Amino acid sequence: MTIAPLPVMPEAPPEPGRLRRQLQEFSRSPGAVTGLAVLIIIIVLAVFASVISPQDPYDLTQLDILDGRLPPGSESFSGLVYHLGTDSQGRDILSGILYGLRTSLTVGILSAFAAAIIGTTVGLIAAYIGGRTENALMRLVDLQLSFPTILMALMMLAILGKGVLNVVIALIIAEWATYARTVRATALVEREKEYIEAARSFRLPGWRILFRHLLPNCLAPVIVIATMQVARAIGLEATLSFLGLGASVTEPSLGMLISNGYQYLLTGLYWISFFPGIALLVTIVSINLVGDRLRDVLNPRNT
Amino acid sequence: MAISLIRRLIQALFVILAMTVIVFIGVSVIGNPVDILINPDANQAERLRVIAHYGLDQPLWKQYLLFLQGLTHGDFGDSFVYGRPALGLILERLPATLELAISALLIAIVIGLPLGLYAGLYPNRLSSRIIMSGSILGFSLPTFWVGLMLIMVFSVELRWLPTNGRGVTAEFLGAQWSFLTKDGLVHLLLPAFNLALFKTSLILRLTRAGVQEVLPQDYIKFARAKGLPERRIIFVHVLKNLMIPLVTIIGLEFGSLIAFSVVTESIFAWPGMGKLIIDSINLLDRPVIVAYLMMMVLLFVTLNFLIDVCYTLLDPRVRLDARA
Repeated sequence: MTIAPLPVMPEAPPEPGRLRRQLQEFSRSPGAVTGLAVLIIIIVLAVFASVISPQDPYDLTQLDILDGRLPPGSESFSGLVYHLGTDSQGRDILSGILYGLRTSLTVGILSAFAAAIIGTTVGLIAAYIGGRTENALMRLVDLQLSFPTILMALMMLAILGKGVLNVVIALIIAEWATYARTVRATALVEREKEYIEAARSFRLPGWRILFRHLLPNCLAPVIVIATMQVARAIGLEATLSFLGLGASVTEPSLGMLISNGYQYLLTGLYWISFFPGIALLVTIVSINLVGDRLRDVLNPRNT
Repeated sequence: MAISLIRRLIQALFVILAMTVIVFIGVSVIGNPVDILINPDANQAERLRVIAHYGLDQPLWKQYLLFLQGLTHGDFGDSFVYGRPALGLILERLPATLELAISALLIAIVIGLPLGLYAGLYPNRLSSRIIMSGSILGFSLPTFWVGLMLIMVFSVELRWLPTNGRGVTAEFLGAQWSFLTKDGLVHLLLPAFNLALFKTSLILRLTRAGVQEVLPQDYIKFARAKGLPERRIIFVHVLKNLMIPLVTIIGLEFGSLIAFSVVTESIFAWPGMGKLIIDSINLLDRPVIVAYLMMMVLLFVTLNFLIDVCYTLLDPRVRLDARA
């Protein structure tokens, strides 16, 4: 007996024009558009840090200790202008910020992305399978969410030891539960809808229903949380690096730069900590502005 | 109801036990504490004696059982660095952290609640918009950087406030407190404000959201129709209904204030538990790390348990649910 090939299931494609409508919707908020523009500039600066920077701050041959702790606008003997001043090693603060942005953004994006994948998978599986598995997984999520992020991160760093990679792991472990809870809630609603019933009646394999049908319809909240999470992760990484638990001297992040200037702050050399802090602040605020608008635009009640 | 509470209690105890495994085993795998414990010049016999003294020659599971045994009478072992009981070290610093967290919470409520109320009652005024934008900034500003800027402005430039330590303390209830002396209060101000910043934004936004939820309700319209003075409507009818969710959040957030005080304490050299844990992680002082983490686990499990109990007592729906 031959079985007729399964009819191709429409995989809940976004109706044409939805994306465009959402883009229009997004661009109606001047704050969000400014945030996005600034964010794009920051990302470009970070990606091309090695090309743009006046100096490679981690190439010791380019540093001159005699140029240490110069105020913003000073000029070196070689004619290089330190627009934002230098730190104690004679490093150009501006170059340091550009390189630091790179580390901070990588940590933020990497951890938010990985946590999103893990959390979403757990949430989907919990909602789809239900029963004991769901109970056990959600208990774990509740437990995780009952501890503040910084405590989870401290705990993980106490166990894993210091370092950027360990900060990323700690952030993933501290944040995945947020996604799991939201995705499960969304998936529980979506699971009851007709298109899932239709997919089930075609006897499609479980993983296919999960990832090709259920997942695309649960993505909106994930995108919103992930955006905000990048900002949170960057802030937390900076905090941990400031506390001396994160980035090492060879892979400086913005938090590390701020930490380096901390001891000089008391003597009035403000620029070593001040400018990296401004860079951190601008990055976090612009991501939050974009995320805030995304939440409004992607909210299913609006579409 | 009693049964559901007992079940919750058993769950809480189970969580604590599970955390002892994760924390103890996890922390015991890192680093080699022998290096910090033993003078590099010590001979082999001396080395072995110290290793045996701290039980580090035992297999991990045996170390864990010994640790559990110690826990039953509050013994987390001696700090590798200070050579004193780890729990004692932490409890000694508890008042400093508590004082900081409570002051921060008070500041957050005193600033956040009225501003949130105002922004909720008059959402279209320019001042409300400014308050709300300010609160976004409060969320986005990294606490540690704000701390540095506070030091820069108020200590270095203006020379109004001191930068570190607790100042002169006075004894009360068998512990040292800063808020009892003028010098101590001056020292407390900047760190408490720094720690309060994030929570102020949170309370502000929650209050505003709450007000806007309560205002369109029928009982407010009824109160207005009765001709009650606006002040009575706001302070009795609106505020009272705001309080239940707000108190819950404040209860929850108190725990997170204690956890986040790690950052503020490090910046202002405030000699609390948070400063101790950061130093201990840097020095690999295992007993103190484990003791601190377990204390925090205990704190949060207890807080969550209490909140659960309150809900069960207050909300009939939860009660009915448990009976079913």
